[in-house]
Amino acid sequence: MKGIYITERDGMAVVKLGSGYNIGVPPKVCTFVERPAPAAVKPVDVKQDSSLPNLSIVSTGGTIASRIDYRTGSVTSQFNASDILVAIPELAEIANYRTIPLATILSENMTPAIWQELARAIHEEIKGGAKGIIVTHGTDTMAYSAAAISFMIDTPVPIVFVGSQRSADRPSSDNAMNAVCAAAAATSDLGEVAVVMHASTNDDHCTIHRGTRVRKMHTSRRDAFRSLGIPPIGKVEYPSRTVTLAPDTVRRGTHKLALHDKLEPHCALVQFFPGMSPDILRAFEGYKGIVISGTGLGHTSTTLIPQLRHLTGASTVVVMTSQCMNGRVCDRVYDTGRDLLDAGVIEGGDMLPEAALVKMMWVLGNEKDGEKAKALMQADLKGECNRRSAHGL
Amino acid sequence: MDYKKAGLVAGIEIHQQLDTAEKLFCHCPTALRETAEHAGEFSRFLRATVSEMGEIDRAAKEEMKRDRRFQYYTYDTTCLVEDDEEPPAPMNDEALSVCLTIGKMFSMTPVPQVHTMRKLVIDGSNTSGFQRTALVALNGTLPNGGEIETICLEEEAAQRVKDEVFSLDRLGIPLIEITTSPCMHTPEEVQKMAEYIGMVLRSTGKVKRGIGTIRQDVNISIAQGARVEVKGVQELDLIAEVVRREVQRQQNLLATRDELKGRGASVDTASAQDITTLFKDTKSTVLKKAKKIHAIILKGFAGLVGREIQPERRLGSEMSDYAKKCGVGGIFHTDELPAYGVTAEEVASLKTHMKAGEADCVIIVAGGSEKQAVCAIGQVVTRATIALSDKPVPEETRKMLETGSSAYMRPLPGAARMYPETDVLPVIIDDARWRAVTIPELLTARADRYAKEYQIDLPYAMQLAGSDKLPLFERAIKEGIKPKLAAFTILSTATELRRDGVDVRKISDDAYLATWHAVEKGQTVREAIPELFRSIAAGSTFEESLKNLAPRVSREELEAIVRKILADRSEFVAQKGKAALGPLMGVVMAEVRGSVDGKMVSEVLRTGIDKALEPK
Repeated sequence: MKGIYITERDGMAVVKLGSGYNIGVPPKVCTFVERPAPAAVKPVDVKQDSSLPNLSIVSTGGTIASRIDYRTGSVTSQFNASDILVAIPELAEIANYRTIPLATILSENMTPAIWQELARAIHEEIKGGAKGIIVTHGTDTMAYSAAAISFMIDTPVPIVFVGSQRSADRPSSDNAMNAVCAAAAATSDLGEVAVVMHASTNDDHCTIHRGTRVRKMHTSRRDAFRSLGIPPIGKVEYPSRTVTLAPDTVRRGTHKLALHDKLEPHCALVQFFPGMSPDILRAFEGYKGIVISGTGLGHTSTTLIPQLRHLTGASTVVVMTSQCMNGRVCDRVYDTGRDLLDAGVIEGGDMLPEAALVKMMWVLGNEKDGEKAKALMQADLKGECNRRSAHGL
Repeated sequence: MDYKKAGLVAGIEIHQQLDTAEKLFCHCPTALRETAEHAGEFSRFLRATVSEMGEIDRAAKEEMKRDRRFQYYTYDTTCLVEDDEEPPAPMNDEALSVCLTIGKMFSMTPVPQVHTMRKLVIDGSNTSGFQRTALVALNGTLPNGGEIETICLEEEAAQRVKDEVFSLDRLGIPLIEITTSPCMHTPEEVQKMAEYIGMVLRSTGKVKRGIGTIRQDVNISIAQGARVEVKGVQELDLIAEVVRREVQRQQNLLATRDELKGRGASVDTASAQDITTLFKDTKSTVLKKAKKIHAIILKGFAGLVGREIQPERRLGSEMSDYAKKCGVGGIFHTDELPAYGVTAEEVASLKTHMKAGEADCVIIVAGGSEKQAVCAIGQVVTRATIALSDKPVPEETRKMLETGSSAYMRPLPGAARMYPETDVLPVIIDDARWRAVTIPELLTARADRYAKEYQIDLPYAMQLAGSDKLPLFERAIKEGIKPKLAAFTILSTATELRRDGVDVRKISDDAYLATWHAVEKGQTVREAIPELFRSIAAGSTFEESLKNLAPRVSREELEAIVRKILADRSEFVAQKGKAALGPLMGVVMAEVRGSVDGKMVSEVLRTGIDKALEPK
């Protein structure tokens, strides 16, 4: 039996048969016949329409277009405008694209340092005349990155984060519809940082979420991304690509372009749990700031309070948020809350814990005065912190 | 027909659903549901992905000619895996074991490390756009010298409800695919092979039974022809006919080509044009509805487009199938016109307008848009060009039509459609696992055994071994029911009732067993089974049905009934003597409405007759 040796897996030689099936066989039963010349990849030529708006696509490793590696069977990301337009031809009807390959990382390996590079790259593109930015991003930490860019850039144009929950190598992937909707949003009247992803399991429309109010709420579903604390800021219908923005959504041109790319990396997000030892908090000594994801209205156990007092005494900013995700922190209702406030912990309003962490990095990176920094943490900067809790959310 | 001379080469693929507790890549039950029970719906698009060679598979490309929104039904017995909203679970080990058992029955070699692949399918029948499949065993042989090339373990596709609507209950049920080598040369051989493999599969007791649970695809080619796969043959009896008709089709396509060549026929692509205005006052509903009507001349094709190449199939039907891929309803050709509301005057003006001669055939397509009409004409050109070429039989996947003819589905898929399923880990099949696989008794051997052990006639035993109710029979034996009683009920009583219009599917296996136990315990008699079953099939429980049976007749009551009947018919008895027993049995049985055992009736009646015949 003849086949093509693909790779080694768990001590077996993986061989592709003529039928296309792979099988694993012991290496000792294989005999080398010949090494075929690698198949030439056909160059693709795609025409772009220069009369359409200019969009820049910044890639961080989330694959908008990808191709199977013939030998390993793994997915390799393809990143130039032609590859993307070959994979998703509808995009060519929406805009004229420039592509910036910034990073090729899995999104769990994202760092504040890369957020800074990303912010600078986006800033350059907008300065260069881009009418909108699309950031392709892995979904795991997309909400953190969207929040980070929200704080780091004052933008006159849409900055749209997009990804896919089903890999681009499958015919059912959500990548194409998400990308088309993202491009539609990026050419729309939107004027803020947003995440555009499937609204439901149907391929019928995408939701536009505010970058500071979005969270991945499901491990695998297409509609994993949800706006928390506010309604979505818009939607894009598919395949019509009609964009509808909510009344409060920031419109294109509202803000002047500005980059504030400093971040304080010595910040942490700590989830409280019953029985948590103060030793865990002790590990954060020397940190500039800690966001606590507390229980209910914003609590930790009373046994943690002395250690928290010790931290705030050493100028660590401690902000309380809630693991409930929905609703507002209030540390004035129960004794424990009042004791936390007395220990120097400040209330994080209705901020999402992750958004509060990223905001803290940005605030402490840009404001050295402790009291001013605390005030900024409680102010609404980029829609992350509402003064009112609306009905029905 | 001399099939050897025709150069017939055929092979089959058998797809059989496995009766496992859970699906192949999730933990849902393998239960089929009524579509009315669906709990939710969602809709999706699918797009062909570029293969590792940078190409789109030709079969997938064909499906992409239309943007289709697929609708899916979900149930409380399906989950996010069927919705393509969750990565697959590891491969179902029970299903793999069944495949290994079958592999060993065919003396095959197991694959040491089984890799799951994705086979691109974007007709909507798989939510993911691919079917997961794994090669499990290779190189088998059959007692008759036939060869099994491969056994694959696949996931079943979703069931099409109608048009673009699919039901997800069936998606993911484990399916074994058995592929023979192209080792057969007559239609009958193919059918016999399918019968034998089916028998082996059923011998495991782990395959689903009933309509739609087994499907055969037949690969057929003849000398000068091409490999064609006819899919979805559900009835075994049709396999030979499918082969015969495909041979006929290929031979006719070859002959048509020769005739076209002889006539100097050609496809006049320059003649393609928009003729919408020509039909602006037409009475034809199809043409009236069309937004764009296009036409093209096939020079020298007259008469051949409409000539039958297979019962109910013409070259025109082939062109029509190709055109349908663009979303049009089909084509009209002048070989069949005037018809379908198109008048003779319209045909004449069409021919004049197109400048078509006597020997030419004009094809018209009615599209919902310019794009559709252009696409459809392009497809007609493609198919007509093939008909003229050195290879007038295209390699195709076709679907079987009811009578055994077939219609074009898509080109044969290329190798570009298979790529690795990265979400499923490979499974090792080591020597220890392979050695531990035990081979079940073949159904043919089982029938022999039944015949011997239970004194059931061999043809009856064969029927039993092949029956859907075999597991019930085995259960009955285990529970101490007399084999003959169980066999008789399954093979005769139930069949007779079914022919009588009783819906015997409504009688559960438990109801069968309860009935037999009641007979064995003397609570009722064998003769009452039909009446009991009628009542159960009509919706009553077994207990209710038993209670509502004609009241039991005691021996004393029976003797009284017999005495009365004999007295009423004393002349008849005197005349017939002992031979009166037979005719009178029926009379007595009717009187007691089957509520007494026939043996007892015959015994009491015989005693009564003997008594009546005694010299007074």
